[in-house]
Amino acid sequence: MGSAPSAAAPSVTPQPDAARESGTARGAPALTAAGLVLLRDLTLAFRRRGELLQPLAFFAIVTTLFPLAVSPELSRLREIAPGVLWVAALLAALLALEFLFRDDAHDGTLEQYSLSGQSLAWLLLAKTAAHWLLTGLPLALIAPFAAESLGVSTGLAGVVASVAVGTVCLSLIGSISAALTLGIRRSGVLLSLLTLPLSLPVLIFGARATELAIRGLPYTAPLELLAALAVLGVTLAPLAAAAAVRISLE
Amino acid sequence: MRQFLDMGGYAAYVWPAYAVTLAIVALNIIWARRLLAQARTAARRRLGGETGPGDGA
Amino acid sequence: MSWTWFHRLGSPPYVYGLARRLTPWFAWGAGLLLLCGLYGGLVLAPPDYRQGNDFRIIYVHAPSAWMSLMVYTTMAVAAAVGLIWRMKVAHAVAASCATIGASFTFAALVTGSLWGVRMWGTWWEWDPRLTSELILLFLYLGYMGLRAAIEDTQRADRASGLLAVVGVVNVPIIHYSVVWWNSLHQAPSVMRLGKPTMPPAMLLPLLIMLAGFTLLFAALLLVRLRGEILNRERTAAWIREALEA
Repeated sequence: MGSAPSAAAPSVTPQPDAARESGTARGAPALTAAGLVLLRDLTLAFRRRGELLQPLAFFAIVTTLFPLAVSPELSRLREIAPGVLWVAALLAALLALEFLFRDDAHDGTLEQYSLSGQSLAWLLLAKTAAHWLLTGLPLALIAPFAAESLGVSTGLAGVVASVAVGTVCLSLIGSISAALTLGIRRSGVLLSLLTLPLSLPVLIFGARATELAIRGLPYTAPLELLAALAVLGVTLAPLAAAAAVRISLE
Repeated sequence: MRQFLDMGGYAAYVWPAYAVTLAIVALNIIWARRLLAQARTAARRRLGGETGPGDGA
Repeated sequence: MSWTWFHRLGSPPYVYGLARRLTPWFAWGAGLLLLCGLYGGLVLAPPDYRQGNDFRIIYVHAPSAWMSLMVYTTMAVAAAVGLIWRMKVAHAVAASCATIGASFTFAALVTGSLWGVRMWGTWWEWDPRLTSELILLFLYLGYMGLRAAIEDTQRADRASGLLAVVGVVNVPIIHYSVVWWNSLHQAPSVMRLGKPTMPPAMLLPLLIMLAGFTLLFAALLLVRLRGEILNRERTAAWIREALEA
């Protein structure tokens, strides 16, 4: 399992030379390299499907805990459903963060990225995008089933949309804290301590959008706030994560 | 004086609030001085191990 | 416009000496102002017509809350300066801030809770300001946790500095989202701090306390800064002089 990343790493590192030879504009190679990183991460992840399923299983188990702990009455569960879904999604996203940079930091791929001459921020954005496609998007897609089990049967499109956009924010925030804790052994608790306070606005807006959607009310306002956070995150988080990776690699 | 300490029946909450804040102030003063004292001791120990000035590690 | 003062602030021996000379001024100033403020707040200020003597908690709660934010901002600015100009002294300033800020955030939470007992009838209410303070405490704890987890001082400086900068960008977002969240779930808070109608006899002690706490922060920061500089400095010559002085 440990050898898999290093086997695929060379597929990306020759990229700077290829880009220089082709002599295209400065912006284009960065995007090409980012696209390659994205493809590489997705390919690698599909070789290890078991790890991918862990956050999803975790999400399912946490949502199952509530009926057992609170009450099997659907009317009561329906009331707390937005909060349950969001806390479970937040914890599952947090759990998945550990996989974000860990293997690439271990086998030196991240170091090669930072020395590749390509913009590290773009490469990390690609890695974060792959991470979201593999954890955030599946979470959003299974959220309606979890909602159904909590007695919610309306506004499921809103549930998917808010979890999908919210997990974009969570992956981006997480990319910074995951990069900051790279060199630290047993960083699990610290990673949560760094990520959770920064994630609270996402939780607030996301849970609100979900709640409004479930009640059949217009939920675009909180969803737009969530989208605004995601846009802010896409522009700033990769820069911070790149700086953090450089610091951790020093 | 009794009246002042009693705070018109509010003493139970006013005085603990002041006590906690002043305790934090006092602790901060102690912590800051201890940090400096420890740093000075450590620096002195580092210097003691060296033969001459100017050849820092 | 001369930038020599800025360059001199990058020199550890200069800052160490400056900090040692300035500390007594700030410390005595803080002590004087705090005594005046306490006397004004506890004795001279009249009881509030609605809250009686309970409002006197404001003279310790508001300055603690002010400290919690001011220290975090100072920490983030110092960290940014340290990251951008690779200034060791700026990182030492940022490192000195965390404990001070976290402890006063804790004080703001406890005094706010004590104030709330009468106001709300409970020890804890999910008031937006108290909630924001609690999250700020978590931010401080995260900063301290990250710093403690990295052994190498330079790496710890840079990593935790980056976290402080990320945190300070998030503080307004967190605050407004909490206010927004709170406005959805309950009636506007009864507690209104710093209302403009406050009579001078009440307001003046508060301003004096705020100034006193600010000077206290400066004094604490300078003492800690000297310790942090000594821990970071490896050049023996000036340290020998500094220790003898």
